[in-house]
Amino acid sequence: MTQTDEHDGERRDFLYFATGAAGAVATGAAVWPLVNQMNPSADVKALASIRVNVADIQPGTQVTVLWQGKPVFIRRRTEDEITAARADDADVDNLQDPIDRNENKPGLPAIDANRSLDENGEWLVMLGVCTHLGCVPLGDGAGDFGGWFCPCHGSHYDTAGRIRRGPANQNLLVPIAAFDGDELVIGKED
Amino acid sequence: MGGIPHDHYEPKSNFEKGMAKRLPIFGLLYDTLMIPTPKNLNWMWIWGIVLTFCLALQIITGIVLVMHYTPHEDLAFASVEHIMRNVNGGHMIRYFHMNGASLFFVAVYAHIFRGLYYGSYKAPREVTWIIGMLIYLLMMGTAFMGYVLPWGQMSFHGTAVITGLFGAIPFIGEALQTWLLGATAVGQPALNRFFSLHYLLPFVIAGLVIVHIWAFHTTGNNNPTGVEVRRTSKADAEKDTLKFWPYFVIKDLFALAVILVVFMAIVGFMPNYLGHPDNYIEANPLATPAHIVPEWYFLPFYAILRAFTADVWVVQIASFITGGIIDAKFFGVLAMFGAIAVMALAPWLDTSSVRSGRYRPMFKWWFWILVADFIFLMWLGAMPAEEPYASLSLLGATYWFAYFLVILPLLGVIEKPQTPPATIEEDFNAHYGKKGADSATPAE
Repeated sequence: MTQTDEHDGERRDFLYFATGAAGAVATGAAVWPLVNQMNPSADVKALASIRVNVADIQPGTQVTVLWQGKPVFIRRRTEDEITAARADDADVDNLQDPIDRNENKPGLPAIDANRSLDENGEWLVMLGVCTHLGCVPLGDGAGDFGGWFCPCHGSHYDTAGRIRRGPANQNLLVPIAAFDGDELVIGKED
Repeated sequence: MGGIPHDHYEPKSNFEKGMAKRLPIFGLLYDTLMIPTPKNLNWMWIWGIVLTFCLALQIITGIVLVMHYTPHEDLAFASVEHIMRNVNGGHMIRYFHMNGASLFFVAVYAHIFRGLYYGSYKAPREVTWIIGMLIYLLMMGTAFMGYVLPWGQMSFHGTAVITGLFGAIPFIGEALQTWLLGATAVGQPALNRFFSLHYLLPFVIAGLVIVHIWAFHTTGNNNPTGVEVRRTSKADAEKDTLKFWPYFVIKDLFALAVILVVFMAIVGFMPNYLGHPDNYIEANPLATPAHIVPEWYFLPFYAILRAFTADVWVVQIASFITGGIIDAKFFGVLAMFGAIAVMALAPWLDTSSVRSGRYRPMFKWWFWILVADFIFLMWLGAMPAEEPYASLSLLGATYWFAYFLVILPLLGVIEKPQTPPATIEEDFNAHYGKKGADSATPAE
């Protein structure tokens, strides 16, 4: 038993590492399905878009619909609300979140025209999910800025759904949305 | 155990001798029950048995409730009502489980603050402390997931807020939150998996409790003087200690009986006092309750979470240094978990050479301010998110961190502690008469 030369040692080291590496890969391959099963299932992912008839929504009212398990606020704003929102446009760089957070116009400044869905600014469609920790903000002029107020941790949103005060760090998110006649399509249709 | 000299188990009958050779379980049970325990332990050393009782209560009532509960978004709320109205004695079992969680947290907070006052976390008991903190974290996770199951308004929107904490983590937050919920919002996948984990985690806790007990049986118990049991000889050790069985078991069971009188009164006469009426309204994703509040035992940390808004200067500095990666939202989450982390680090932050707070004249004051701060934060956590509560929360949160990060390290340097008694026996005799007597046992 004198087989202790360098060559033999290297070969044994290689076998150790190869076995260890194979074991690590096998463990990872076994664990991944167990981790991945917790991601959204096919039926959850399939509910991509909804259609809402908005013909009956009067100015100054808000309809809340459920889309992908989350509330979506569809607000037809009054002239006063639009004016109030546009009055704050000049100061856009000093807003708590200066980005529009509109998936239809990503990355633009948070001026009112970039937040609303139509040219006149009458329609504001946003996820009713506070960007702080996901509560549903109260609407109909709630909060110190006449827009929405999150009761959980006190985030105030203005009439354009922009965060103005409180712990939230982003404006209410505007999802992919477009008009199709009297119907509003929320989400991407195939 | 714990290097404390004591009598060991001697198998007597042939059966015991045979078992000792094959599976030494009787020896293990004997040594665990007969552990020499400092005879000067006061009434703050009863919470361990209360906690053990709570764990057993929650597991037993929980297993029974599962026999009638349905973890489905359309059926969960109705199945809880079914338990309340139709199942024989179901309302009582559920009220035990609900209020059992509260008793569990009362006991764990008393247990933790006991450890903080008497320096039970200090060397050589750091491992016991750390395992205790892990158990506390798991308890919070279990309690949170259990609160989701009735699928009421508070359940639903509380889940949205707490899983939102994970969504606040930069870069991976959104994917992590989706992974935790199994969807982009709280719904059936979340309810189902929380049910699974709510059933699992108590058994993980039970395992950690065994390790917790193992750890402090290895070091020996701390005691109100913080002075170690003499290990010089068996005779010396016996002057400082009494056997756990029967002396402390009887004492602990008496304390448990007294506590259970109060507990039964709450379960029987005011079972919903600690709950929220909103949770008797079925979950509705379209409307958040006007005032969302977690259960009372989460309130101090909830207040810390809310304290750090974008206009607080530490938040602004953190945001500036990290180029906006740490924003107000993530800072709040870090502060909340940090509040528990600094507590877990107490063994290394406390620099004092004296273990027990009883002999630390300055420490005592700061400690009681910490207790008051904890209660203050608990009150603030239940208040609406507006002034003056926001500023007061910031004050409370600041003291919490200052206690662990500044006061504990500094006190060890500044403070001149008193001299603790030389032995536990000396302390015991000073309290229970028989001055100068060799040994005094309360049972004699």
